Amino acid sequence: MNTKLSPRTQVALYGLLCLLLFPFIFPTWWMITSSIKPISQIFAFPPELFPSSVDFSSYTTAFEFQPFARQYFNSVYISVLVTVLTMLICSLAGYAFARIKFPGANIMFMVVLMGLLVPSEVTLIPLFQMFRAWGLSNTHWPLLLIQTIGASSVFATFIMRQFFITLPLELEEAARIDGLSRFKIFWTIALPLSRPALAAVAIFTFLHSWNSFLEPLVFISSRELFTLPVALVNFTDAYGGEMWNVQLAASTMSAIPVLIVFVIAQRHFIEGLAHTGLKG
Amino acid sequence: MASAKPTTGMEGARKRPFWTMQRKDHLTGLVFVAPQFIGIITFVFVPLVLVFYYSMHDWNVLAGTFTFVGSENYEELFRDRAMPGVLAATAIFSLGLVVLNISLALLLAVLVNQKLAGMSVFRTLFFSPVVVSVVAWAIVWRFLLQSNGGINGLLYMVGIEGPNWLRLPHTAMISLIVVQTFKSVGLNMVLFLAALQGVPRELHEAARVDGVPPFKQFYRITLPLISPTLMLVSIVTIVGALQVFGQIEVLTQGGPGTSTTVLVYYFYQQAFQFLNFGYGSTLSIILLGIVALLTYAQWQLRRKVVFYEH
Repeated sequence: MNTKLSPRTQVALYGLLCLLLFPFIFPTWWMITSSIKPISQIFAFPPELFPSSVDFSSYTTAFEFQPFARQYFNSVYISVLVTVLTMLICSLAGYAFARIKFPGANIMFMVVLMGLLVPSEVTLIPLFQMFRAWGLSNTHWPLLLIQTIGASSVFATFIMRQFFITLPLELEEAARIDGLSRFKIFWTIALPLSRPALAAVAIFTFLHSWNSFLEPLVFISSRELFTLPVALVNFTDAYGGEMWNVQLAASTMSAIPVLIVFVIAQRHFIEGLAHTGLKG
Repeated sequence: MASAKPTTGMEGARKRPFWTMQRKDHLTGLVFVAPQFIGIITFVFVPLVLVFYYSMHDWNVLAGTFTFVGSENYEELFRDRAMPGVLAATAIFSLGLVVLNISLALLLAVLVNQKLAGMSVFRTLFFSPVVVSVVAWAIVWRFLLQSNGGINGLLYMVGIEGPNWLRLPHTAMISLIVVQTFKSVGLNMVLFLAALQGVPRELHEAARVDGVPPFKQFYRITLPLISPTLMLVSIVTIVGALQVFGQIEVLTQGGPGTSTTVLVYYFYQQAFQFLNFGYGSTLSIILLGIVALLTYAQWQLRRKVVFYEH
């Protein structure tokens, strides 16, 4: 709407943006700086915006207090596995719903879409019961299965289907006349073309799995099987008091890698989400 | 039989293979969707049937009781003294969150949409909390909101004595809403930004030539044109608000008292702290009902509120 804003408006605009930015970056800054302050300093009054002395002992405490490396690995392997499997399973399903005519396709698609309407909390008690009956409570199976083919994967199938529908048919028809199998066509033609949609699915799925809190809280009871979110709230002393410095150090360790990946790939993140994310 | 088919001629001569192209397609389609379909049946539909079944039972896991009580749990909803407070907290939290989140997201989207240097940096920074884990974000804010924490430290520097935010009912609720907004507003900002960039420039050019002030342009041109996105984002945000759990568990645990015990949190307490699976199931069905109503309302409102659609 603007051809050229006056310098005064520009300054006002930047001022407003910087002001608004404060609550978005201050918590991260405060988390990182507090985690390297000596424990006596973290509640210093007035607060120290830049730590005057540095102490990394909270970082070592985090690994001594709980099997934090193991918990970190649990989160990484579960999120990566869930993301890869979801990308495969949901792009296959999305492709079939978009391209292949088979009996019951419409009804099956409706059934799958209904999964979008059911909040995950509603199925939590029965799922807890089912996995207990199968002897799989307090394992990673509930997390892997529910996240990969449960309700939260429906969105991925939907995104993939919407994307495959927009691909030109001619490419695939030529390949079919040449006698390529459906899977070959899917794997060598359709899938490579669907990178933007796959990227959006990967981001959504990874973040969802990485942040998942209620499910691991309910399904998992042994410390060495915890994922990061559950591990983070578990840094409390014998009296239930918070070990602030350790919690902040552990939170920093859990947040920084994802933030770095985000900053490097931010264009893909934001565009992927904007364009395939929520177009109804 | 008399109507026996004349099978001798054509068909015998060119025997069709059983696996025709069409049959192969049918099989491939079913195989491709099978994992997803079986997953949804097993982990959504079967549990959905079970949760209704459970809700008609008095089931305490600790005591080991499991007896059919019919509609008892549903009547309990009306007798439960905590229920009015829970529903009020749910309504305040969800509406407060939607109003704050949508208005801030729109403001940020409009600001970041200006053609100025460095806007992509601002966009990235506003979005960054979205990728921080909910629990880590909430832990930092709980630390900041302590009575001797960073927020009150900063307020002290400008001569204000801040309250103990998470220990007073009103400030606890406000804190929850604000913390959750900063966490997730970036996503809505990006969706609004995409919608804003879809508004044809000519409309604003024309309005500017006619001397329409910028605010009126926004109100009369931009807002109606992005109303489909506005509608969709509002519903998605309110449904998301109904499912906020992690922040509450970390920041207030439903307190002080029960002032921030929203429906999802109350469900969690009943089911997994008091191990009341029967009543817990009933509460989760209420959640399902509210979400279903909102989805239906969206379906209906689409035609009335939305001025324009692609």
